[in-house]
Amino acid sequence: MGKINGSQAIIKCLQEEGVNTIFGFPGGAVIDLYDELLDSGIKNVLVRHEQGAVHAADGYARVTGEVGVALLTSGPGATNGVTGIATAYLDSIPIVVLTGQVPTALIGNDAFQEVDIVGITRPCTKHNYLVKEAKDLVPTLREAFHVARTGRPGPVLVDLPKDVVATMIKFPEKTPIRMQTYQPTYEPHMGQVEKACKAILKAKRPVLYVGGGVILSNSNEELTQLAKRLNIPVTMTLMGLGGFPGTDPLSMGMLGMHGSYTANMAVSKSDVLIAVGARFDDRVTGRVDAFAPNAKIIHIDIDPTSISKNVKVDIPIVADCKHALTAMNSWLDQAKDLNEDEIKTKHEPWLANINEWTEKHPMGYTNEGETIKPQFVIETLSKLTAGDAIITTEVGQHQMWTAQFYKFNRPRRWVTSGGLGTMGYGMPAAIGAKMAFPNETVIDVAGDGSIQMCIQELATAKQYGCPIKIAILNNNYLGMVRQWQELFYDKRYSGTIMEVTPDFVKLAEAYGAVGLRATKTSEVEGVIKKALATDNTVIMDFTIAREEGVFPMVPAGKATTEMLLV
Amino acid sequence: MKHTLSVLLQNKPGVLSRVTGLFSGRGFNIESLSVAETLDESVSSLTLVTRGDDAIVEQITKQLHKLIDVIKVTDISEGEFVEREMVLIRVKAESNTRAEVLRVIDIFRGKVVDVSPKSYIVEVTGSTTKIKAIIDILKPIGIKEIVRTGTVAMARASKS
Ligand SMILES: Cc1ncc(C[n+]2csc(CCOP(=O)(O)OP(=O)(O)O)c2C)c(N)n1
Ligand SMILES: [Mg+2]
Repeated sequence: MGKINGSQAIIKCLQEEGVNTIFGFPGGAVIDLYDELLDSGIKNVLVRHEQGAVHAADGYARVTGEVGVALLTSGPGATNGVTGIATAYLDSIPIVVLTGQVPTALIGNDAFQEVDIVGITRPCTKHNYLVKEAKDLVPTLREAFHVARTGRPGPVLVDLPKDVVATMIKFPEKTPIRMQTYQPTYEPHMGQVEKACKAILKAKRPVLYVGGGVILSNSNEELTQLAKRLNIPVTMTLMGLGGFPGTDPLSMGMLGMHGSYTANMAVSKSDVLIAVGARFDDRVTGRVDAFAPNAKIIHIDIDPTSISKNVKVDIPIVADCKHALTAMNSWLDQAKDLNEDEIKTKHEPWLANINEWTEKHPMGYTNEGETIKPQFVIETLSKLTAGDAIITTEVGQHQMWTAQFYKFNRPRRWVTSGGLGTMGYGMPAAIGAKMAFPNETVIDVAGDGSIQMCIQELATAKQYGCPIKIAILNNNYLGMVRQWQELFYDKRYSGTIMEVTPDFVKLAEAYGAVGLRATKTSEVEGVIKKALATDNTVIMDFTIAREEGVFPMVPAGKATTEMLLV
Repeated sequence: MKHTLSVLLQNKPGVLSRVTGLFSGRGFNIESLSVAETLDESVSSLTLVTRGDDAIVEQITKQLHKLIDVIKVTDISEGEFVEREMVLIRVKAESNTRAEVLRVIDIFRGKVVDVSPKSYIVEVTGSTTKIKAIIDILKPIGIKEIVRTGTVAMARASKS
C-alpha cells in the first residue's frame, strides 16, 4: 500500500474503531483533519462550544457503551474541552478527545494558540499522549481507544501537532494491542468469590450497593440474577440507577445524601454489604465511620485503588463486575446443600423490616393545588414515557428529583454528571444520546440556571435535526445552593437569585425550536404530551414551587441515618 | 511511618510529572525522590521516600501502579533493603578549622573533592541517618551550601 497523510490515517483509525459520529469544533490546528473528514463518511457534529462537543461525545458513550469521540482545535479549543474531559473522568466514561497542536518545531515557544493540553489534562484523563512523530500516530490512536474502553474506562486525550498530521506515512497493519504496563484484571480470584458467597449466605441482613460499574460493565442481568435468587434488597448510587429495575420490589432506590430513607437505614443496619462497582463516595457514605458500621463489606471493583480507599473492605474482589457476578452466580449454582428457598425465607424478616421503613417514610411530596411540584413533573414524565426514555440532566435539585422519581428499569437510559456535578452537561449529552439513538425519546431535565451554561447547543440540536426535549424545572434560583443556604445559612441567599432569566419560550423560538410553558399543575400533562408529539427540539418551561427542597437530605459530614425528612 | 518505594517506569517524556502530579494532586507527601535510567534505557528507576500510615501507603502504591507508564511498584521498606544517599557539602575550611573538618570527614569516610582557600567541597555517602549526622556535626564549623541526591535504595537478595 502507498503512503497516506496523517489526517487520512486518523480517519482510517476512527473507521477501524467503528466510529461513525464525532463531535467537534474546527480551528487552524485541525483544519487538515476537517478537510479529510468532509468525504470520510464519518458524521461530524459541529457544536457551538467545545465543552458541548466533549459532553456530547460522553453522552453518546454512556448510552451506547462505545467510545465517544471529540475533535477540538489547539489552545482555547482544547481548554474549553477540559470541563467535559473532567466530567467523563470522574464518571469513568470512555471517550477519546483529539486535540490539534501547534507544529512540533513551535512547541514550547508560546506559539499562537499553543497550550500544554497534555500537561493540563494529566490529572483528569485516564491517560494522554502527545504524538511527536508521524510513525507513532496510528499505534498511539489504537492504544488510546484500547485504554479508553478497557479496565475502568475513562477519557483519553491525544494531542496532534499539525506537522505530524500532515506527514505522509504508511498505514501499519492492525496487530493485537499488548501493553506491558497496562493489564486490567477482569477475572476474579476464585478464593475471594467463594469467601464472598459464603459471607452472603450467612447474612441475615444483606444489602447490594450498586454503582456505575454495573452499568459500565453491562452486568445488570448478572446482578439482577444474584439479587433475586437470594432475595437481597438493592440500593443504587446516582451512577448506578438502571443497574437494577427501579420498579422491582427489591429496589430501595438511591442511597446517600438524597437517597431514600429506606436505603440509608438498610445500609446502616446491614450485616453484609455487597458493593458492586461503587466507590464509597462521600455523597454516599456521609460520615464514613457511621457508614454500614456493623457490616462485613464485600467490594467488587476493577480498579484496585477504589478498594479500601474510603472504607475498609473485608472481602475485596478486584475484577470486572460482570465476570465477578457471573463467577458468584455459578459458585451458587454449584454449591452443594444450598437451598436457595431457605435463604430467601431467612431474609423475609429483613425485607419486612425494609418495607416498614418505606411505609413509615416513603419517597414522597405533597401536591399544593395549582402550584407545580417538581416531583409531579418528573412522575408525569415517567408515566408518559413509560419509564423508558433516555433521561439526561443538568446539576442541582432537578437532577436529584429526577433520580428520586423517575423509575429506571434499564441501564444506559440515565445520563447524568455524578462525580463532577457539571452544570451544563445535560443538553449536549442529550444531543450525543439522540445522535446515537435517533428513534428514542431523549429528555434533558434541566434547571433554569444550568441550562444557561450550554444553551448555545440548541443551535446544534436544530442544525442536525435532533429533536431532543428539554424540561426546565424553573424555580428562578440556583436551587440546590439556595436549599443549603435555607437550611444551614439562615436563608441568606447570597448569589443564588437569578434576577434576570431569559424567557425560555421565546429563546427556544429564537433558535427555531418550540417553546412551551406550564405554570399550573393542570397544564403539566398537556405540555409534556405536546412536547413528546412534536417533531422538533422543544423547551418545556415549568414554573415550579420556588422554594421546594430535595428530601430526604443527609447534611454533608453527618451519618446517613441523620436524614432531614421533608 | 517512613516507606521507601522503588518504582520502575517507562522512560518517556512527562512520566515523572505524572508521578509528582499524583502526589501533589492527592495530597501524598514526597520526602525524597531520585530517578535515573536503568540498564534498559527504555526504563527508569525511581526511589521515592514517603510517609503515611498503612492505608495511605497502600493507596500510594495502588495509585502509582494505576499510572499507565508505571511498570512496577515495590515497597522495599517492607523487607530488608539497602539505602544510600550522597551529599555534597561546601564547608568553611580556614586555617583554624581545616584539621577539624578533615577529621570529621575521615570518621564519616567522606572525601574532599574540591579545595579552595576558604572552603572544601566534601562528598559523603551513606544512609539518611549518617548524612544527617555529618551535617549536624559540620554545621557549627560552617556549612555554606549542601546538595543531596535523595535516597536510592535496593532490596537485599533473600538469604535462603
Ligand atoms: C459548573 C458548575 N458551577 C457551579 C456548580 C454548583 N451548583 C450546584 S447545583 C447549583 C444550582 C443549579 O441551579 P439550577 O440549574 O437552576 O438547578 P436547581 O437546583 O434550581 O434545580 C450550583 C450553582 C456546579 N455544580 N457546576
Ligand atoms: Mg433553578
